[in-house]
Amino acid sequence: MRGNPHSHELIAPGSLPAVLDLLASAPGEWTPIAGGTELMVAFAAGRLSARKLVSLWGIPDLRFIQSTPESFVIGASTTFLDLRAHVSLAAELPLIAKSSSWIGSVANQSRATIGGNLVNGSPAADSSPALLVYDAEIEMVSQRGRRRVPYREFHTGYKRNVLAADELLFAIHLPRRFAHHRQYLRKVGTRRAMAISKVALAATALLEGNIVREIRLAAASLAPYPARLYKTETALLGQRLTKETAQAALRALLAEAQPIDDIRSTAEYRRRVGANLLQEFLLELSREGAPK
Amino acid sequence: MSASLPTIHFTVNGKECAVQAPPMKRLLDVLREDLHLTGTKEGCGEGECGSCSVRMNGELVNSCLVPVLQSEGAEIQTVEGLASNGKLHPVQQAFLDCGGAQCGICTPGMLMAAVQLIEHNPHPSMAEIREGLAGNLCRCTGFMRIFESVLAVATSAGEPVLEKVDHAR
Repeated sequence: MRGNPHSHELIAPGSLPAVLDLLASAPGEWTPIAGGTELMVAFAAGRLSARKLVSLWGIPDLRFIQSTPESFVIGASTTFLDLRAHVSLAAELPLIAKSSSWIGSVANQSRATIGGNLVNGSPAADSSPALLVYDAEIEMVSQRGRRRVPYREFHTGYKRNVLAADELLFAIHLPRRFAHHRQYLRKVGTRRAMAISKVALAATALLEGNIVREIRLAAASLAPYPARLYKTETALLGQRLTKETAQAALRALLAEAQPIDDIRSTAEYRRRVGANLLQEFLLELSREGAPK
Repeated sequence: MSASLPTIHFTVNGKECAVQAPPMKRLLDVLREDLHLTGTKEGCGEGECGSCSVRMNGELVNSCLVPVLQSEGAEIQTVEGLASNGKLHPVQQAFLDCGGAQCGICTPGMLMAAVQLIEHNPHPSMAEIREGLAGNLCRCTGFMRIFESVLAVATSAGEPVLEKVDHAR
């Protein structure tokens, strides 16, 4: 059944304080909607359960990219086209622009927001693996104030996160200390555009000679929510990058991954391809030697 | 219920409009049903096929995913707004010249995506054209003639394409 516009309320208070007022006055009653690329799909199909929606679109306080010497700060309603267009962000943290280019099409990237991608919390979310390996922090805001959590602690289960009923995701903080890390990101989907991931892997690493001094690995669709691969990281951290180390890391990934069968792929395919992606990254690391 | 509906103001193809509609009504439906601008088509209704592409404040959007309230104050351009003073937009002319349209359902969205691309990048490569149109599906042409149409505009800067029309007439 199609969605009926008469059965959903939508208001646009127009400013961040007004939205926070509304959320505080009736916690949990209002569902924020930004660019609508997720919720309007559900609405059209007649499966949008939220009856009261509050628009975040067009609120300037939520759409910005700031840079300080220590970090980039990205407002939650920043679109993926905004992210792709930001020159210094793309140069320093290229995985952000790369994952942004994966989001649907131009017409999706002009509306889809990074905050929306994270709050929606799909295990296949395109922006999540890159944010995880860049050690992003999430800043949340409510009338009660602001707080920050590491992004790796933001998702708590399938489509669940730490946001309180009166809170909004306000911004994403990206530390500027990965410019000299080796960076890797690859998505495997059905086609090059408009495809939701079957599996994706992101990595940042710092080598000293042949020793892995820092390693962060994160995947899409290998767990119920976007998550780091801590056990696989442990198999690599502090180790000399040898064939044996790589084998141990691949075994760790295969043991750690908890993919599922669904319409896009199978658990077995995801597990194998996830391991192949890790192998590709480790090969690149060992071929290219020490980082620049 | 209609008495309590809000009035939403925006500009469509340079013309100011005021529409009374439920705020969650899709911009696509407002364009087609309230404003009778039926050039914009509905394909999938879920942002996958690009048939409903329009430009909103200079950005390409799927109008099936825009609740009309979010277009308050916006400048909207639809396929009806591409031609000016009786002259086709160079992209429209190129589609005619190169056989870029067959059944026509995807064509308005293709045109809007192509115009968006050309305005930001007047001389796109084939790869950039493919990316710019990646969100627009066509089930007739096999895409090549569409890409060639956009490439024709990109390499001609528009002018020779328009001259060609005059000869044809």
